[in-house]
This record gives sequence, C-alpha cells and structure tokens, in this order.
Amino acid sequence: MSELVFPEWRGTPLDEILYACRELVEDPTFPTVKRWREAGGKVCGHFQVYFPEEIAHAAGMLPVKLRGVPVDPTHADSHFGSYLCSILKSSLEVVLSGELQLDMFVSHPICDAARNLAAIWGRNFDYPCQILYLPQNANSSHSVAYLADEYNRLRRTVEEVTGAEVSEAAIQRSVAVFNENRRLLRELYEIKRTTPWLVAAEDAYSLVSVGAMIPREEHNELLRAVLPQLTERDAKQQDRIRVVFEGGFCEQPPLDMIRMLGRTCYLVDDDLLIGLRWIVEDVPTDGDPVANLAHAYVHRSSYSPVQHDDRKLKEEMLLKRMKRCHADAAIITAAKMCEPGLEEQVAYTNALDEQKIPYFVSEFEENMTSFDHLELQVETFMENLLFA
Amino acid sequence: MKTVEKENGLVGRGNRDGAQLFRDWFSSLSEAADEGRRAAYVFVMGSLNEILMCFDLPVVFPEINSLQTAVRRVAHEYLDEAEDYGYSPDICGYVKADVALQLRGGAHPMGNIPKPKIAVATNACNTYIKWAEIWQRMYDVPVFVMDVPGSREAGDSTQRGERDFENDRRYVEAQLKELIAICEKVTGRKFDVDRLREVLGYTNEMNVGWKRVLELNKARPAPFNALTDGTIYLGVANGFRGTKIGGRYFTELVEEMEYKVEHHIGSLTEEEYRLIFVGVPCYPIFRRFNELFTDWQGTFINSTYLWFASGGANRGFEYDINRPIESLAEGVLISVRDAMDSMFYQEKALGGMIDDYHVDGIIYHPIKSCRTVSTGLADSRRYMAEKYDIPSLFVESDMMDRRVISEAQMKNRIDAFFEGLDSRRRRSGVH
Repeated sequence: MSELVFPEWRGTPLDEILYACRELVEDPTFPTVKRWREAGGKVCGHFQVYFPEEIAHAAGMLPVKLRGVPVDPTHADSHFGSYLCSILKSSLEVVLSGELQLDMFVSHPICDAARNLAAIWGRNFDYPCQILYLPQNANSSHSVAYLADEYNRLRRTVEEVTGAEVSEAAIQRSVAVFNENRRLLRELYEIKRTTPWLVAAEDAYSLVSVGAMIPREEHNELLRAVLPQLTERDAKQQDRIRVVFEGGFCEQPPLDMIRMLGRTCYLVDDDLLIGLRWIVEDVPTDGDPVANLAHAYVHRSSYSPVQHDDRKLKEEMLLKRMKRCHADAAIITAAKMCEPGLEEQVAYTNALDEQKIPYFVSEFEENMTSFDHLELQVETFMENLLFA
Repeated sequence: MKTVEKENGLVGRGNRDGAQLFRDWFSSLSEAADEGRRAAYVFVMGSLNEILMCFDLPVVFPEINSLQTAVRRVAHEYLDEAEDYGYSPDICGYVKADVALQLRGGAHPMGNIPKPKIAVATNACNTYIKWAEIWQRMYDVPVFVMDVPGSREAGDSTQRGERDFENDRRYVEAQLKELIAICEKVTGRKFDVDRLREVLGYTNEMNVGWKRVLELNKARPAPFNALTDGTIYLGVANGFRGTKIGGRYFTELVEEMEYKVEHHIGSLTEEEYRLIFVGVPCYPIFRRFNELFTDWQGTFINSTYLWFASGGANRGFEYDINRPIESLAEGVLISVRDAMDSMFYQEKALGGMIDDYHVDGIIYHPIKSCRTVSTGLADSRRYMAEKYDIPSLFVESDMMDRRVISEAQMKNRIDAFFEGLDSRRRRSGVH
C-alpha cells in the first residue's frame, strides 16, 4: 500500500503534529482505516491486550487494535447484559455501526468478559472471528512450542483471508519494522521517565495510540520525526510528583483524563496500551520468525493483570517499574467492571502499603466526560505529598 | 406392591445419597482441617482430580464452598467482609466469599475448610487464575495453571489426529507431566501410574453415567429437574470424581432414572412446560427461583450449568487406561473445551435439543458475578430467537449477592413469560 493513511502531520510544526495525533485518537470514525480500505487494503481487527501484529502485517493487512472508543453503544447495547465494562460494548458498536469495517477479528481470553467476544462477533459477521489462545501457563516448558503452533494456525487464517502465502521472509521483514517501532516507543518512554516536562502526558499517549490505527511504517516515520523535536524543546522542569499510572492495560481512560492527570503530576511511566509495548526487546530477525515471536511473548515481555507468570508477580513488577523511573507515588486505577483490574488493585495497594509508598486509587470509564471531582481528589493527593 | 417397594428404595435415591455424600465430604474436609492437613484447591471446570487423587490430597472446591454460603443465606456476611478488606462490589462473589472464608481461618457453615497445599486452576475461567493468585499471596503455595486451549471459533472443535488438535494435546500432556512433578514435590510421594489407571476407571464410570442421566431427561415427563436435582448430582460429580463411590453413584443414578422413565415418574406431577436453563443458578433464593417456574408446571429438563460446571463430563469421555497420561490429556482437552463451548458457543447444542427434548422455552439467567458465563447470553438469545424461533426469557440476578436480586421483579417477568407461552400454544392449537 503506497498511499499514506495519516498524512495530516507531515510538513507541520511539532505542536500541530501532536494536535493531529490527539485528533486522530479521539476520532470515532477511524479515518485512517477507511483510507486503507478505500485503497484496497484488508484489515485485521484484534482486541486488547497483545496480538502478534507482525503476522497480519506480513500478509499485507492493516492490524487495528480494538481498544474501545468513547461512543454510546446504540447498536451494541442489546447484544450485552448489565455489569460489563464499556470497552466491550464500544468496540462492537463501531463495527455494528459500520464505522470500522474488518476482514477478520481476533480476540484473546484475557478476561472472562472479553473471551466471549469472538463468539459474539461470529454470530453477527461472516468473516473469520477467532480466539487466539495465548498461553496462560507461561511457566510450562512447552508454552513457547505451543504458541508457535498457535501463531502458525493464525498465519493460515490470515493466508485464507488475504489469499496470499505468508512467507518466513515476509514475517522476518515485518519483525524488523516492528522492532524499530518498539525501539522508538522505548525512546519515547525514556523521555517520559527522564525528562517528563518535555512531553505532555496526553501527547505521549496519543503518539503511542495512533500506532494502533496506521501502518507501522508510517508510525515509525512519525516517531522518527517527533522524538528529536521533543528532546530539543525548551521546557522547564517543574516541582511535581513523579507518578506511575497502573490500570490502563485494556480499556483506556479518556484523553481528557490523561490530560488532567498530566496537569497535576508527571506521569513518568504507565501500562497504557501495554500490548503495543508488550515485547521489551528486539525480536531476532534471523531463524524461524514465528518461533522467535512466540519466545519473545513468553520470555521477553512486560506484565499485566491478565497474564499469570510465576516470574512476574504483578505487585513486584509494579514496584520494579516505580523504582526504575524514580516514582514518588502510584495511581492505581481500574476500568469500571473490569474484574482483573479491580482484583489486582488489592494486591497492588497491599504491596504499596507494605513499602510505605503513597498511592491514589480510582476507577474510570472510557466515556467519562466530567473530571472535576476526580481532579480535586488527585490535586489534594498531590499537594499532600508536595507539602508533606 | 413390589413396585411400591422398589419406588421406596429407588425413587429419590440419587437426591438422598447425593445429599449424604455431600455432607460426608464436608465432614472429611473438616477432619483434615482439624488435623492440620492441607488440601488441593481446585475448580469445577477441570479439577484434575484424576491426578490429585493419586496423591491422596483432600480436594477443596472453593466455588462450592462459596455457593453453599449463599444457599445457607449467609453469603452477605462473607461478601461484606471481603469488601471491607478491599475487594470491589463488582467482582465475582465466589471469590469474595472465599477471601472472607480464608480471613476467618476456614470457618464455613458446613464445617472447617483446610488450608491449601497446592492450587490448580484451569483457564476455563480467567477468574480462577486471579483467585489462585490470592492464595499464592496468602499462603505462598504453588499455583499451577492448567492451560487448555478452547475452540477457536463456532463449530471449530478439532478432532483427534488433526494437526491443531495434536498441537493442543501435546501442550496439555506436557503440563500434566509438570503437574505430576509438582505434586510429587509438595507431597513427597512418588506418582503411581497404576493408581491413575484405577482413578481413570472410576471417572469413566461417572462420565458414562452422567451422559446417560442427561439423555434420560428427553422422556416426558422428565425424571429429574435439571436445576434442583441436577445440582445435587453435580456436587457428587465434582467432589467424588475419580472415586469408587462417585462412579457407583452415577451407575445407580442411571438405574433410578431409567426406572422413573419406564414408569412415567416425573419431577412434576403435571408437566406442562419443558425448559432449558442457561447460566448459573440463583443460589441466594435457590428453591424459590425454581418454584417461580414449577408454579406454572414448568420444569427444567436440561441446563448448560450441568455441562460446564461438571467440567464437560456430560460429553461422557472415556479414558483409555492402557495409555493413561496421553488419554488423560485428550480427555482434559476435549472435556474442558466442551465446558468452554457450553458457555461461549452453546447455540448449536441448544438448537439440537429443541426437538429431541421437546423444549418449550429457554431461560437465560446471566449473573453479575460471572462474566464468563453471562457476557454472551444476550447476543446468543437474539441468535436463537432468529434461527430457531424459540421463546426465551432473559432474567438477570446473581449467584451470591442478594443485593442485586429482586424477587418481585423476577416473578413479574416469569409470569409474563408463561402467559406468553400459553398464548402461543393456544394460537398454534397445541394443548
């Protein structure tokens, strides 16, 4: 696909680039995906948290992360009962409404609710709607071999959808593209960690988030253009509390909420859209690329409440994350009705209590529009720390 | 006279014996707790009793402990305690009741529950894994996640010999061997494959019996109520899986049900409406919930709960005891996958029952506590209505939390449903 799907930022100054990214993130009509399809491209929609996008990319598809949208579930509401998180409904909504058109859909058994999505999708759409069974026993000696088999099964489905063979060489090339993307995202997070005054919280988030809606080559170009400009910014450090945000691994808080938090503290690290940053090192580009991706998922990866791994106890991982970025405090959130997130809050806060680290506990919903009360609470929390 | 004598001994035997076995089981757990012995904590969808029995570990089903607090109408005390500890009102009530039970040192209305020595959780429910992590933190015990890949899409259950099936089976088999090694380590006992063969034989007897019992409810009138009687049988299917007593119980249950079918003895004297239950029972008002249907001469002739909450034993899978580990891997894969299909992809199975079981309607009972079972039910119901034109009722409540149960509202909706069924019958001229 030679045509650009996200040309708006090109040739513009940094502030306008960042504005274009924020606009795209908040646009519920998926203009970049529409352009991709209008040019004849196929789209693989995958639900949170992690998906081996390299496999779809190698087939020439656009992998699009379904991570919810702040819309009313007018069409989707009657497909669900009560007591469910918003992201399930809004993700189905944009597809039922026709705003987002897919050629295949993949979900993962990340939680009790989301694991139903492939079945729901399958009853409503004719294209392949599958569950990708990422290993839940990461500690089994057979988990990597199993996952490679599972990825190859996915690869065959992708081949059926696109009608083209997905060669090893093609996947290796895609791995290289994604390696660069992961490296650039690590650079962005390094800026957040070391000089958070150079990039606003909502801008850092938007820069990551647009990657889920455009080809990675375009995302790489964007980040290559933006990151040097960020580091050259003439911005002054302020006396603010350094905070880690935890609880954004699936449903995403609204951009306005991230902006509000960024006004009250420095968000120096987080788990927002962790699936796009799940693999923490380069994946080898030689050898069997599918086996390499499987190995990286199990052994070279981050953590989240939806993956059990005896080597990565979540509260210990949070403390490590906080230590690495010299955080003073944590914001421990969960999306409303998010079972794994709400359960993990107890473990996180117990560990933080034990370490005598201050924290702020909250819940959010992707379609929240008012933050006055929350802002007052967060400000009070930060002021208490600043003036303690 | 002979028939009456036989009925005196046979009819209702499954319920009587099941209830007694259940009490015996809890007594044995109390005894273990009092002696300071530790147990294996497991779950109903893939308990792996077959392995754990080989190490003579007492088996604790925290889901059953929790639901018993609801049946005994004290769940709210446990829920409140867990919420005070920090758990959200919006998470699984079973988890919270168990957290409170652990905080109380195992004190349960039916006795004392031993502490865990090991926890085994399948991925059939994600909350199983989060739940086991709680014990890992509380007791520093090993948590073993038995990861069983399910069907990738509707109607995509792979079969033995197919590439994707064999990939999954190898993964399950490797994990079973790893579980055995962990059990050897925590118990200090050597694994005995002949003991496994014996246990598999008992499980075969149980699985075959369970499948047959469910099939016998095709009869009119239905010999048992899938919601009430079925839940008693289910307790035995879980607590006594892999035991001689468990195997024999189901053989005898088949005998009872065959007798009832032969003599047209139903769970209701006048059976008017035959219903399928989809979801998890409303334990806080367990008997009353059922009465709201039986008052209209409606009986539950089957239930997806009896499928998934038996870990897929309804499939009737029989292990090949000549290749025990390999066959156990196949059985775990096929049965647990079936349990997951019963929650996510149940339409084909339900559709296939409408004529076979003479079904008049489907009752969907999604609950706040369990998103695994409940998330897809509204959409599934839409699909069933469109494809099969089968009347259905969608009534939401909970399996633990009486705060979200409104009996009056429930009754209104159930009454309206039956009035609709009645009117539909009259329109079609069927009486």
